[in-house]
Amino acid sequence: MSAAAHVKAASFKVAPSKLALAGEALVARGGLVLLATTLLVFLAVPLVMILIRSAEDRDGAWVGLANFVAYLNSPSVGNSLTNTLQFALMTTLVTVPLAFVFAFAIQRSRIPYKGLWRNVAMIPILAPSLLAAISFIYLFGNQGWLKFVIEWFGIKTIYGMPGMVLAMTFSSFPHALMILLAALALSDARLYEVAEALGTSERRKFMTITLPGAKYGLVSACMVVFTMAVSEFGIPKIIGGNTQVLAVDIYKQVIGQQNFQIGAVVSLLLLLPAVVAYGIDHLVQRRAQALLTARSVPYQPRRARLRDGLLLAFVVLVSAALLLVVGMAAYGSLVKVWPYNLSLTLNHYTYGFKEAGLEHAYWNSLSLGVWCALLGSAITFTGAYWLEKTRRDQTEGLNFLRPAIRFQAMLPMAIPGMVLGIGYILFFNHPANPLNFLYGTMTVLVLSTVMHFYSSSHLTAVTALKQIDGEFESVSASLKVPFYKTFWRVTVPVCLPSILDIFRYYFVNAMTTISCVVFLYSPKTTPASVSILQLDEAGAIGSAAAMATLIVVTAAVVTGVIFTLEWWLVRRTQAWRNTAQS
Amino acid sequence: MIRLLTRCIKPLAVALLAAVATLAWAQKTTLVVYTALETDQLKAYQEGFNKANPDIEITWVRDSTGVVTTKLLAEKNNPKADVIWGLAATSMAIFDNEGMLVPYAPAGLNRLVPQYRDGKNPPTWVGMDVWGATICFNTAEAAKRNIPKPETWKDLTKPVYKGQIVMPHPASSGTGFLDVTAWLQIYGEAEGWKFMDALHENVAQYMHSGSRPCATAANGEYTLGISFEYRANREKVQGKPIDLVFPKEGLGWDLEATGIHKGTKNLAAAQKLVDWSITDAAMAMYAKNYAIVAVSSMNQPLPNVPADYGSRLVKNDFSWAAKNRDRILAEWSKRYESKAAPK
Repeated sequence: MSAAAHVKAASFKVAPSKLALAGEALVARGGLVLLATTLLVFLAVPLVMILIRSAEDRDGAWVGLANFVAYLNSPSVGNSLTNTLQFALMTTLVTVPLAFVFAFAIQRSRIPYKGLWRNVAMIPILAPSLLAAISFIYLFGNQGWLKFVIEWFGIKTIYGMPGMVLAMTFSSFPHALMILLAALALSDARLYEVAEALGTSERRKFMTITLPGAKYGLVSACMVVFTMAVSEFGIPKIIGGNTQVLAVDIYKQVIGQQNFQIGAVVSLLLLLPAVVAYGIDHLVQRRAQALLTARSVPYQPRRARLRDGLLLAFVVLVSAALLLVVGMAAYGSLVKVWPYNLSLTLNHYTYGFKEAGLEHAYWNSLSLGVWCALLGSAITFTGAYWLEKTRRDQTEGLNFLRPAIRFQAMLPMAIPGMVLGIGYILFFNHPANPLNFLYGTMTVLVLSTVMHFYSSSHLTAVTALKQIDGEFESVSASLKVPFYKTFWRVTVPVCLPSILDIFRYYFVNAMTTISCVVFLYSPKTTPASVSILQLDEAGAIGSAAAMATLIVVTAAVVTGVIFTLEWWLVRRTQAWRNTAQS
Repeated sequence: MIRLLTRCIKPLAVALLAAVATLAWAQKTTLVVYTALETDQLKAYQEGFNKANPDIEITWVRDSTGVVTTKLLAEKNNPKADVIWGLAATSMAIFDNEGMLVPYAPAGLNRLVPQYRDGKNPPTWVGMDVWGATICFNTAEAAKRNIPKPETWKDLTKPVYKGQIVMPHPASSGTGFLDVTAWLQIYGEAEGWKFMDALHENVAQYMHSGSRPCATAANGEYTLGISFEYRANREKVQGKPIDLVFPKEGLGWDLEATGIHKGTKNLAAAQKLVDWSITDAAMAMYAKNYAIVAVSSMNQPLPNVPADYGSRLVKNDFSWAAKNRDRILAEWSKRYESKAAPK
């Protein structure tokens, strides 16, 4: 080949890659702008609408704080406030100690079958919170099999605070447990060895080493449970009797009274404890230091017959209680006429849904779950990649978007679902909004749910991405491979287990959530979780239990399939993870 | 490159596609119908209507009477409803006062019993059927606890019923509201509130819908549920141990009614729906659920409802109830809602 031909060939090669590089910057910038816009329109602006509407009257004129004054002067508000705080506080005081002992048993003892107990304890995550409320009516209601148990404690009726706290404890247990399992996972054995050498009693070791080590986890767990209870709407609605709480007030004001201004006011009140809790948690976590240093020795619990025996009994008891709650709802859904004719039937699943005109609800939820999982994992993972891995010099002038995106990605964690739902109504139902046509469609349900559960998914994605060395991007840049090819050919396959995790998280939550979608569904898009509420209102408790059971089973099956897939993937395609470690 | 762009844009494209699909779907002849009919009635009525009018699709917006009424009032200036089918006549009277309804004389109007339609000509609303107060009395639980069957409303204030009664919340439930207005009309205002004060002492829960008190009583959670005859019948037919009690002082009642919302862009289709709502075919469907329908020749006896049901209904002044709705509900809420739950 002649030199000229050589040069020609080379320049021929260079030209398209230059073009590709210009395109690469464009893709990097476009992705960032797209992500920022999506978060702005579907998260930030709806929330800002709440602030605006809370200071307007029905016709949109500015009234300052008049709505707050009106709501705070309404006769029942005192009750709602004290009830809400009492409910959240009691739930926290019951749930966190239970979860702590459970986590302690798993991480700091030598009880057998730890994996089993751990999985059983996660079951409530697969269930809508309404399931617990229904189940406790079956168990402890006026016709309940175990009514005598609450009577031992001097409780006359399950309706009201007792039922609410019990059901909420069930729902929030795994959330507290996950945090505490992590908090108790790591500990430095040297501390215990020193204590041992000094002849410290077991009790003192617990008080001076174990508890302080788990302090930050305990605060986190308390905050999470408290926030969940404050913003819970389904449980008080079903088992609350005449006990009023803020979350139900919002629902009544917005759906019952069409009073959007007062709804906005109550939303802000509801946001207050959530934001305070989130703030405290944030402050405390910042002070948390690394407990483990390079010189630490991982703690290995020793055998202790009495301790392990007691802990095993406790763990078995709690696991049995959790299974009983789910099992009772499933049983209730199969009983012909509770409590008078206990023969079994599938009527509540077939005829019951049909009669209530809700056969489509289950399929709605299934498609909601699949869409949320697909769209959610795509947006979250791609978004996290664009945020963390694109080169700042390629997106010059747009880098101010990065902190804004980061902030918005973490925002949903502090926003109760109901508040987001109200924001969506105020924004999308506004006649002047060009996106108005979205209101009541499946699209808006999917988008709101994706936003509602964005933070955890985003964190999962970022964590997975940070484990991958930035060298990949540098190397591909020097090889003139645009970063999006690296993303598609390297990053996505490597992170597939994490992506599947995000997929599963979105699916399960979309199946069970109620707080946000209850404001946004239309008769054609009624999700299964909301239909439980409608069935209960019509008095069809058997069918309500049936729908709740269907949701649990579906969520469990999908979770099982994805876990299997993840296990297979890790074994087949990610063997490097293990060799790298050894 | 193009493949990648498609990837980034995919989420947006999905959203847009879904949106376009929704729009296309909305462009068919669709009537938005607001209703408080029971969910288990909707389907049959809709199928009946579609048999005669296959080209008109119905999109239901359903909730309890109080919620639908408030929703319609709130949307007055930006209405979304074409037709209201199956809502309390007291609510219709309120909308009429607000000028929200289009007067229309449906085909066959003269067959309706005169008091079961709006008095004006042409009327702004026409009736479907009468629904009235009924107590669901759980005989199994009553026997266990030795609780006597009540004969009158006043009986319900006796100490023996303490904590045994559930009733619908009048602000959200039409059934609850007709009970309250009936008591105020039977006993007079002062005496009526005094009765409710005493009743409140015995009520365990106020519930969102008119159906749930009966279903709850039928499941034995409580012994008595103040409800209405349709739900009571349905529960009894399913084999639940309840008796239907029709208190002697008289039964509160209201009409389920139909009317066209002002501002509808589908007037012709809306009129077809109102026409169909009073045909014999429609009345025959209503008669399966309620003892008294608006065309008296179509009445069918219902198994658990007495033959003289009609004469047990109280004299009900719809325009009074409509005019005083806000005041009555505010007073009710002040008296019973701000109090802690009775034990």
